Formats: sequence, C-alpha cells, structure tokens
Amino acid sequence: MRALRGFAGMAAALICSVVAAAEIEDGDRRSGFDFMTPETQALQADDIANPGMLWVLQGEQLWRQADGRVSIACSRCHGDAAQSMRGVAARYPAFDEATGRPIDLAGRINSCRASRQQGEPLASESDELLALTTYVAHQSRGMPVTPAADPRLTPFRDNGRRLFQARIGQIDLSCASCHDDNWGKRLGGAVIPQAHPNGYPLYRLEWQAVGTLQRRLRNCMIGVRAEPFAFGSAEFVDLELYLMERARGLPIEAPAVRP
Amino acid sequence: MARALINVPETARRGEIVQVRAMIAHPMETGYRMGTNGANIPRDIIRRFICAYDGEEVFSAELFPAVSANPFIAFTLVATTSGTITFAWTDDAGETQTASAEIAVS
Repeated sequence: MRALRGFAGMAAALICSVVAAAEIEDGDRRSGFDFMTPETQALQADDIANPGMLWVLQGEQLWRQADGRVSIACSRCHGDAAQSMRGVAARYPAFDEATGRPIDLAGRINSCRASRQQGEPLASESDELLALTTYVAHQSRGMPVTPAADPRLTPFRDNGRRLFQARIGQIDLSCASCHDDNWGKRLGGAVIPQAHPNGYPLYRLEWQAVGTLQRRLRNCMIGVRAEPFAFGSAEFVDLELYLMERARGLPIEAPAVRP
Repeated sequence: MARALINVPETARRGEIVQVRAMIAHPMETGYRMGTNGANIPRDIIRRFICAYDGEEVFSAELFPAVSANPFIAFTLVATTSGTITFAWTDDAGETQTASAEIAVS
C-alpha cells in the first residue's frame, strides 16, 4: 500500500514537473522574428521592402475616409492615429461592456463601425478590415505587450490556456505540444517558434498577403486534422487573450513578416 | 485605389547613381490555380512596368506568372536633372496604376 502511494506520489510529481517545465520561462521568451533567416528579418526591418506596409498605407487612407450611413471617418472621433491608437494593440483583446466578453482589435473596429458609423460590418480577412487593423496595430510598433489587467478577463484567459493545452484532432496534439515543449526544434523543414502573437496582422510569404492570428490558428488546427473554429468565434478571442499573456513583454512588430 | 510604396532619394548630386525601389499591391493570380469550386481562377497579373524620368522612359520590365504577389522592383538610375520620376503598372485588364516621386539634383 505504501509502495503504491509512493508510486502515485512520484507520478503526481512527474506530471507536475512536466506541466511546470511546459510554460516558457520569462528569460526564454523569444519573438518569431528571432527564428527567421537574416533575409526574412531584413524584409521585415525595411519599411520600403516590407509588403505589410501596403496594408498600412491602405489603412491610413481608410482611417480618414468617411463611411457608413452617418458618413463619418474614424479620424473624426479618434483624430491622429499615431497618438490615439498608440499602445492599443499592445493591450488588446480588452473587455467589451456591451457583450460582457473580451473583444479583439478587428472585432472592436467592426463594433465601432456598427455603432458609430452605422455601416455594414467588414468581412473577416477582407482587405479593408485587414488594412484598418494593420494600421491601428502598426501604431504600437516597438511597444511591449502589456495585457489588460481587467479581472473580468480572467475566466476567458483561463479558457484560452485550456484550449492551448487541450489535445485536438486526429493527430492528437495540443498547441503546447509543439510551442511549449518543442520550440526551437524542427518540424519538417521549419523551426518551431514559440507561437507569440506580437506581429499580427502580419505578412506571410506563404500567403503572399497579410492575414490575422485567427487565419494562422486555423492553419495549425487543420494541420493536426481538427475542425477549426470559425473566424470571429469566442474561442479564438480567448486563445488570443492567453497568447498575449504568454507573450508579455515582447515588442509589437505589426506588420511583421513571417515565412 | 493604387497601393504602391515607392522609394526615390529626395536629393542627389548630378551624375550620382541612385537606387529606386517600387512595390505595388497586386494578387498576381497565375491562372494555373483552382478555386474551391474546382473552376480555374482567371489569370490576373501585371504585364508591364515602366519607369519614366522627366518624361523619358528609363526602365521597363515585362512580368510573367512566376512573379510573386505584390511585386517589388529595385533598379538604379543616374541622376541627371531635377524632375519627376513616374511609375506605371499595367495589368491583364489593361488598367494602369501610376505613382510618382520628385528628385532634386544639384
């Protein structure tokens, strides 16, 4: 009996140590930028060569363009984005009073569109929504990720952590199986990064376009043969909330470039 | 709405070799891909790029389906006179998008 209890204790200790080892230590946190080749890093660093800047350019035009049934521009209320939107992307997703749930940047832009401009919502992954989101996120470039401290977000963040660690799909892997336990190693020909969301929306060379974190998460879910969540689903916002907590302190790079 | 990023030095000395860089947003659809419905996605690429310096054509390029989306083109010019450098991208539909930049030569 004692031997059995000892074994159970050892097993528990083993599980605990695995769980404890899983989360990335503060000093080990590295942006996806650090895992890229020098050529791709140079592409991101040069604003003339970074294709994501095309979306920033379009977003700047849309920011000043009147829209919706009320026909007002974002700049009418928010003024100069360089001041009013500085730091916003670093603390999103934030708590939305209206729905009682966290909301991401693209969701906030669409909700602002519906309530202030009285316009139709922009489709997920549409050029316009990507451009506006990229433009707003770009204003926080270089600022450290500092997730909102709102206690009302805690249950949603915990749900995000649960989703991150839950095994899914036919291949039966969790996000943590690769990005917590095996980052820095290779999967196929590519280095496994730590899955930090500090560059989104980003230009992916594989997509030849700018895309959101949700598009990237759907890629991974399809990769493990799981049914991906829908664009704009609550699960994705919870996951993003946890990923931002996980990336605390890393600089915002939007629009980043990734292979 | 033309979305183009162009980079031309604002000033240059006469005879100096300057680098010019231009990138435009374009899907550059090859025509070889299939949509989710199994039908071919029609080809939509930029065929021709022309750069004119003070009205005179100084650089041009023909583009083909192997070129990536949002094509980025970099080349050098000899700064001869102050003037406008214009860029024109013409696509399969025959539509031309343009952009321009000023250079001051001393």
